Amino acid sequence: MLEIVLLGLNHKTAPVGLRECLAFSPDETSTVLRAFQESPVIREAVLVSTCNRVEILMATEDKANAVRTAKMFLSEFKKLPASEFEKSLYIHKGDDAVRHMFRVASSLDSMVVGEPQILGQIKEAYKMATLKKTSGVILNKLFHRTFFVAKRVRSETGIGDHAVSVSYAAIELGRKIFGAFEGKNVLLIGAGEMAELAVEHLIRNKAGDILVANRTFENGVKLAKRFKGEAIRFEEIADSLQHVDIVISSTGSTDYVVTREQVRAIIRRRRNRPIFFIDIAVPRDIDPEINRLTNSYVYDIDDLKGVIDESIENRKKEAIKGERIVDEAVIGFRQWYDNLNVIPTIVALRNKMDGIAKTEIKKTLHSLKHLSEEDRQAIARMTNAMINKILHDPMQLLKSNGYHQNKSGYLDITRKLFKLDE
Amino acid sequence: MEILIVITIFFYMLSTAGYVAYLFLQKNYLQKIGVYLIFVAFLCHTVSIGYGFVQSGHFPINNLHQTLSMAGWTIAGVFLIFHYRFHLKILGIFAAPLVTLVMVIASRLPSAPHQADSVLNNIWLVAHVITIFMGEASFALACGVGFLYLVQEHTIKSKNHGFFFKRLPSLDLLDTTGYACIVAGFTMLTLGLITGFIYAKSVWGRFWSWDPKEVWSGITWLLYAALLHQRLTVGWRGRRAAIMAIIGFAVILFTFFGVNFLLQGHHGEFTRL
Repeated sequence: MLEIVLLGLNHKTAPVGLRECLAFSPDETSTVLRAFQESPVIREAVLVSTCNRVEILMATEDKANAVRTAKMFLSEFKKLPASEFEKSLYIHKGDDAVRHMFRVASSLDSMVVGEPQILGQIKEAYKMATLKKTSGVILNKLFHRTFFVAKRVRSETGIGDHAVSVSYAAIELGRKIFGAFEGKNVLLIGAGEMAELAVEHLIRNKAGDILVANRTFENGVKLAKRFKGEAIRFEEIADSLQHVDIVISSTGSTDYVVTREQVRAIIRRRRNRPIFFIDIAVPRDIDPEINRLTNSYVYDIDDLKGVIDESIENRKKEAIKGERIVDEAVIGFRQWYDNLNVIPTIVALRNKMDGIAKTEIKKTLHSLKHLSEEDRQAIARMTNAMINKILHDPMQLLKSNGYHQNKSGYLDITRKLFKLDE
Repeated sequence: MEILIVITIFFYMLSTAGYVAYLFLQKNYLQKIGVYLIFVAFLCHTVSIGYGFVQSGHFPINNLHQTLSMAGWTIAGVFLIFHYRFHLKILGIFAAPLVTLVMVIASRLPSAPHQADSVLNNIWLVAHVITIFMGEASFALACGVGFLYLVQEHTIKSKNHGFFFKRLPSLDLLDTTGYACIVAGFTMLTLGLITGFIYAKSVWGRFWSWDPKEVWSGITWLLYAALLHQRLTVGWRGRRAAIMAIIGFAVILFTFFGVNFLLQGHHGEFTRL
């Protein structure tokens, strides 16, 4: 009987340096999968490699040997002595391996719980394995289940609901103020990764005009070009406040770039339309007193971090629900797996046949009332004998060890052919 | 007849329960159930009022029980209209308990009608009552939305996102809905006052008689007129508009109850016990 073994390392067990050394590009994955295929002990294999983890899933009859082989491959392929990474490796077998896989795909095991990329990465890894034909009955089933569980966790819990990056948190806040960003004009003051990311999110959400103000006008022009916006001079900021709805600021300035007086002056001219300041700079660019003005909202970097901490707490709470879904799924998978054994399959097959025979005999005898009790028994005996004869060869095949190579495949097909899993 | 009122109240209560559950659990189907229940209650309520109309042969507003019941009915009806117009899912958390409360109070009051009054069959009076009630129901919703706006604005400004932040919609949606409620309410109130004047002219021979109810209705009208004027000219919106909507509704409550109980006037008979 094939068993599932998983070995891997992730951000919790291995430092980033080691993870970098052991990461596999798609080309490398394809090569190493071929090596796995040629190994006599490993029947099925899938390799998942992301920047935070490497997971090798195998179906094998000889767990110890398979683990040893996999480690050897890793060490040879990455030209790294096994002693370097052995301590960081975890090895899961059977249910534990299944649970681990479900948790990883559902993003319960991620560095940022609930991040959505991991499922896509696992799908890619599985696609690669099916292309290289290294995944078989067991791992196919496991991965299909995995995708199902991950989707369920995502849709039934709020694990992905709350923003956990500064730029996303800012966007979520904006949504609570403006509802939608359509036609809302944006002013970017300064430059910086987080600020630019926030602007990109806004553009994707159909924001209106983008203005860029930079101390060095040339830099502003360059940035504005990227956002298909317009560059303005630093001195024009105060005037532009009348037209923009969202201000994202990230400069190195030591003084406030936008003061309370400037905003006060334009509130009436804006006809009280709300204005939202996102201050990512340290020291701050936007006078925090502006938050006290009517219809003006200011969030600085610490406020946003506070929002994120809250989100992470919420996600952790939701993750508990996710764990329950995973536990259920592990039990479901275990049932399927156990049924792949020869005996339950044969019993189920026999029962199905007996059931059909019984109903049909009953139907037939119902219209043949003139038959004697002996005749009836003879018919029953005949039916029984037929079932035995019909099932003889398939049962022999399933029981024999000659087909050891792919026994689970035969069992799985039998169960599907006769619909035994209902 | 009594049983119909009981059933109506029962459905309003269920709807309230649905909305409370929605507030806490955030499951969309709960909110849908809440709307369906309030719709069913509204239908029962309509039948019960219609029955009262047919039985007594005049518009059923000649004691406090009937008047309150009519007020509850218009709030439920106006709520349903705004609900389908704005999809403001959380609005029911204010409307359903309000209607329930009004109906429970109404049901505790004696329901025996006073001697039938022929004036209650005047078409202008019926139009006056219906438009005024629809206007006041809209203002009640505007007040509720204003409350929600203040709560949501507070969570955003204080940066302390607790229970309400994710449960309440965006400030923009709350503000737009509140504004729409006020515009609708103001239109209805204006129509109500006009039909009232016409009725007064036909009965007492003059449009305006400095009755306390008239005076306070006039104050209410001016208050909302000022609010709308400020919004259209200098863009009064958000916090200030929300506070004004709440104050406006407080004045309406006084006009509705306070004037009848504390001051004398020709509207007294509608709220007789």
